[in-house]
Amino acid sequence: MAHGPAKGLTRWLYTTNHKDIGSMYLWFSFAMFFLGGIFALVIRAELFEPGLQIVQPEFFNQMTTMHGLVMVFGAVMPAFVGLANWMVPMMIGAPDMALPRMNNLSFWILPFAFAMLASTLFMEGGGPNFGWTFYAPLSTTYAPPSVTFFIFAIHIMGASSIMGAINIIATILNMRAPGMTLMKMPLFVWTWLITAYLLIAVMPVLAGAVTMMLMDIHFGTSFFDAAGGGDPVLFQHVFWFFGHPEVYIMILPAFGVVSAIIPTFARKPLFGYSSMVYATAAIAILSFMVWAHHMFTVGLPFIGEWVFMIATMAIAVPTGVKVFNWVTTMYKGALTFETPMLFSIAFVILFTIGGFSGLMLAIAPADFQYHDTYFVVAHFHYVLVPGAIFSITAAVYYWLPKWCGRMYDEVLGKTHFWLAFIGLNLTFFPMHFSGLAGMPRRIPDYNPLFANWNMLSSVGAFLFGAAQVLFLYIVIRAIVSGRKATDQVWEGAHGLEWTVPSPAPYHTFTTPPKVD
Amino acid sequence: MAHQHDASTYYVPEQSKLPLITAFAMFLTVYGLGSWFNNVSAGPFLFASGFLLMAGVMFAWFSAVIKENLAGLNNAQLKRSYVWGMGWFIFSEVMFFAAFFGALFYVRVISLPELGTANNSELLWGGFKPDWPLMTTPDMAVKGEAAKHLGPEGNMSNPGILGWLSWLPFWNTVILLTSSFTVHFAHTALKKHNKKQFNIWLGVTVFLGICFLILQIEEYVHAYQELGLTLHSGIYGATFFMLTGFHGAHVTIGTFMLLVMLLRSVLKGHFKHDDCFGFEAASWYWHFVDVVWLGLFIFVYILS
Repeated sequence: MAHGPAKGLTRWLYTTNHKDIGSMYLWFSFAMFFLGGIFALVIRAELFEPGLQIVQPEFFNQMTTMHGLVMVFGAVMPAFVGLANWMVPMMIGAPDMALPRMNNLSFWILPFAFAMLASTLFMEGGGPNFGWTFYAPLSTTYAPPSVTFFIFAIHIMGASSIMGAINIIATILNMRAPGMTLMKMPLFVWTWLITAYLLIAVMPVLAGAVTMMLMDIHFGTSFFDAAGGGDPVLFQHVFWFFGHPEVYIMILPAFGVVSAIIPTFARKPLFGYSSMVYATAAIAILSFMVWAHHMFTVGLPFIGEWVFMIATMAIAVPTGVKVFNWVTTMYKGALTFETPMLFSIAFVILFTIGGFSGLMLAIAPADFQYHDTYFVVAHFHYVLVPGAIFSITAAVYYWLPKWCGRMYDEVLGKTHFWLAFIGLNLTFFPMHFSGLAGMPRRIPDYNPLFANWNMLSSVGAFLFGAAQVLFLYIVIRAIVSGRKATDQVWEGAHGLEWTVPSPAPYHTFTTPPKVD
Repeated sequence: MAHQHDASTYYVPEQSKLPLITAFAMFLTVYGLGSWFNNVSAGPFLFASGFLLMAGVMFAWFSAVIKENLAGLNNAQLKRSYVWGMGWFIFSEVMFFAAFFGALFYVRVISLPELGTANNSELLWGGFKPDWPLMTTPDMAVKGEAAKHLGPEGNMSNPGILGWLSWLPFWNTVILLTSSFTVHFAHTALKKHNKKQFNIWLGVTVFLGICFLILQIEEYVHAYQELGLTLHSGIYGATFFMLTGFHGAHVTIGTFMLLVMLLRSVLKGHFKHDDCFGFEAASWYWHFVDVVWLGLFIFVYILS
């Protein structure tokens, strides 16, 4: 590959280059982040005050559903795949992804899938209105006709994820430069390798779940219908067998990002590298054994509650190892607080809060009180927003100079951080209290008792949304007119990606580098 | 190709229109299917267009990959990428079937017994007995023949080992197990540079695959016309047709893959003893389909 990118639009349409495809993934996920964000703001605007003001309950349900689906499948997952596309080949000294054409196919499925999913909002009967977890029979017997398109959108985006995961595994296992042994790989590569295995293991199960839905809806089967001998709870088991590993799919690469950034700005090597690898693998394995903790109130036998409770709490051990290692990496380090580091430190603190509320939810008897309240909403937003979203944001600030050769504006970056930090806590911290006080999730109207907490949440949500518009401005400004970045970019940065020029040439490592 | 490429470096293909067209074809296929299921008149046409486009673009894609290999662009490392790719694709297929096997186990071991024995089951589904195969659905136990989910009149259960010789699933098992051996014989023949035997054994495998499919169709016709066992007949019919149906679809794909390999070998003279990944991938897929059938034979047919 001697030459640079093709000219014009076809560069992007027909590309086989991991950097082009990575960029497309990242821009696509950014767009979906704003779309899902608009859905969230519709929700928060309606919940600003008790009573029905802005949208009808039917439309509100579509908003909660589409917000979850778009954020999970359209924003967070593609963003991490975009980061993997950009960084994994450069980090392991590979010329490109292992299967470059399939790589482009994985990407181009997504715009079609999400166009189809978003178009359901304009169909007769409205879009999916059964929550992102789409429990049967709400999503089968009582679903709008558009559910069929939702099912097929899930099918093809699942195919995209599986192909993406296969590509990442083949790349990491087969394309490493000589000397790049497994235990020398950057932790981002390790976490993505394990994530890719989770993807291949659970995306087909999700495909199975939606296929059973499709059969129940259109072909008269009774998988989720007790009248025919099936069971609606079967849906929940199959869904959460996918769903729980799925939440680790959204957080393990985040662990990898933070494990790259904290050593750079602490100017110390990562503390406990091998324990980080083993902890990641342990979390991944445990994730297959805890799914029914989402179903404590559904009527499991006592032994089931007990086993899933203990297994869930066991996850706190490897997660604790990770948090300990990040903190210890910073201990006595020569710390500086550039924007990526701010987001990473916030990640460590706030993700831990989300982890603790997760432990509270893991206690089966207590979960009977918390189940389906805003406490759950607070919990998973604390692990996803300052977890997944903050780590993606940190990664963009950290690697953007390598991608485009230009620095972002540090003052604006820090402004973005503080606005996002305050906005996020203002949005989600009050949800702990409204949830513990008994406010149910997924409702457009509520008891005036919860009015103050909800008003705070709504103000925070709009602040957080505004902060992301600033983020978009910062990124574009950096690309267009940022000052030139050095090859090393960050004083304390180590790794193969920092040995190539900034911006990284169109083809890096056509002949593999030697790693000692 | 604008520049020279040799096998000392990893071959990264030029720009390609194939992925974008494939993504569009996938979209058209499922959008057409969704429209069809929702009774939109253009649905079948959109689906057929998408499917044909998909077939065409896959033909073009595989041709391109084969040509690259014949041109010597693929070094050993790239070939390993294909091996990893196919291997983990098959693993993803295993997990797809795991979802349906899991559903079967869950229904048989946990939820169906619960429907007949739980505290409130007499109130909800009075008189329902959780037998397997499920001949009388809970709905029927309450409403009789007016029920929405009518159980089957007959089932596919094991007639006892003495009746196996006249039991179709047994012969399907024999056929599919034999075909796993014949495809292995083909591989061995190729390793020994014997292309003639390779073609013969591969041809036998394809023939056995087609036999399996014909018998499977025969069984479905029997189920629908004589046993009243359909997709509508409660959870037994649902799990039976879902598992055997998806398996049958995979046998169809596997047979087609092997047939393509046979045609490539006979018409084009492809495959050498040390360069036969296309065939090997198809044969792994075939072994996978065979293993799934063994699971089906045990859990769907024998233990019922």
